[in-house]
Amino acid sequence: MKFIPQLNKEKLLSPKKVTKKSKVEKRLTVLTWLTILAIWYLVTELRIFSATLVPSPYKVWLTFLTILKEGYNGVSIWVHLGASFRRLLIALGLAVTTAVPLGLLSGYFNKIEAIIDSVVEFYRPLPPLAYYTLLVLWFGIDDKSKVILLFLAGFAPIYIACVSAVRKINQDYILSAKSLGADQKRVFFKIVLPACLPEIFTGIRTAFGVAYTTLVSAEMVAATSGIGWMVLDASNFLKSDVIFVGIIIMGITGVIIDAGLRFLEKKIIFWKGHV
Amino acid sequence: MPRNGENELLIDINNLKLVYGEKASSILALDNINLQIKSGEFLCVLGPSGCGKSTLLKTIAGYIKPTSGSCLMQGKNIEGPDWHRGVVFQSPTLYPWMSVKDNVEFGPKMRDIPKDEIKKIRTFFLEQVKLAGFGDKATFELSGGMKQRVALARVLANYPQVILMDEPFGALDALTRDNMQTLIREIWKENNTTIFFITHDVDEALSLATRIVVMSKRPGKILKEFNVGFTHEIFNNNSKDVIYKEDYFAVKNEILDLIHSQIEV
Repeated sequence: MKFIPQLNKEKLLSPKKVTKKSKVEKRLTVLTWLTILAIWYLVTELRIFSATLVPSPYKVWLTFLTILKEGYNGVSIWVHLGASFRRLLIALGLAVTTAVPLGLLSGYFNKIEAIIDSVVEFYRPLPPLAYYTLLVLWFGIDDKSKVILLFLAGFAPIYIACVSAVRKINQDYILSAKSLGADQKRVFFKIVLPACLPEIFTGIRTAFGVAYTTLVSAEMVAATSGIGWMVLDASNFLKSDVIFVGIIIMGITGVIIDAGLRFLEKKIIFWKGHV
Repeated sequence: MPRNGENELLIDINNLKLVYGEKASSILALDNINLQIKSGEFLCVLGPSGCGKSTLLKTIAGYIKPTSGSCLMQGKNIEGPDWHRGVVFQSPTLYPWMSVKDNVEFGPKMRDIPKDEIKKIRTFFLEQVKLAGFGDKATFELSGGMKQRVALARVLANYPQVILMDEPFGALDALTRDNMQTLIREIWKENNTTIFFITHDVDEALSLATRIVVMSKRPGKILKEFNVGFTHEIFNNNSKDVIYKEDYFAVKNEILDLIHSQIEV
């Protein structure tokens, strides 16, 4: 008698496990990171590699605190991060405001797609750094060339997401709206645009990821500020602890921003998965 | 019970022919359809699956243009979809980014009706489909039957001349379907609407319709029309007992024979 309700309870709980991380899974994630830290600590403690190449966790922590307090080479870390994120945000802002309307229009009208699509398909698989050299020649080594580079890197994923979103839209949504008296313009703004929002958001998140990696690489190629430049500069002077700090900061900011975007997505597109 | 405006010719379909696709792979979906829908009617269309029932509905709705022949509403050619002909789809196409309330208000809003009037309309129809108090819910929180009731209220809110329904209760369970039939009958009686209703369920057609049209297999033609009145009896007696009567069975068997003769084995 006692076993039956217990079995039932487990059955009821199981669908939750699929959507939300259970305690076991969370612990596994934490354990993974503890192991990585432990291996790092052991490697440095046993001096398997020279301390110049692999600094100890403690030294990296101390460097992190110094960089937070005094900055790198006399320039505050916030200035570097600020410079990086200014480039990123301007470029992504431009990408969203141009790629969303162009993508939706391309999905709507084949003629517009015929104009834009092949160009996007051509440059999308190119590594952004390949044409970055050209952009530097044309627009100078300052922020302008970087913003344009990131804009191009971010444009493609958003554009492609929008085109496919319009293609996949449930036609009955559009037909029913027309039968309820909506004109072309209102069908677009009240039906097509919201119906495409989930995919637009996924596109923006992908664009952010692409733009962020491109940004760091671009700063490593040519810059005098930014988190990527800091890492490159440190490597020139063999300051491996600074490189570690830089990479960890990049990783964490990336995770935080993606979490922020996901949070926004949940708030704005609360109905995702119910289309 | 003669009603105001009854027998006025609303939809007039003459020699309608509809071909899908281009020359080589074209399919003749509808052929030589002649059908008149008068206001106040509850017209049910029955036929084997793939016979073009939905195509006929889409033509009346204005989603597709006839290849030849004409489809008129109050003497004017139907050029495209508009709010005089409301459509209820088999799967309720509620907009999940809008609340139940906003879904029902969508039609009147699109027609720029004053705000306070929209509110009155919404309250009235949500009550009529027995969903008062559900206005602020998200559409995906509702059950299948409730969703279809919202879809119905959304169409009713425009006071269309005719409501086109494409197997609206086809995806519902038997009990819910029974309740929905009672509801649609009451609304039809109360609002004096005209309904064009596609179904594959002979009992559903017999218990709702004032007229039943049976279509042939593809290319869809109209085989026979039946004038029936069981829906009035069910409404007046508030009971479905009529379905056990002799004359009900006679019509039902005739319709079933007709449909079965169209299905290839």
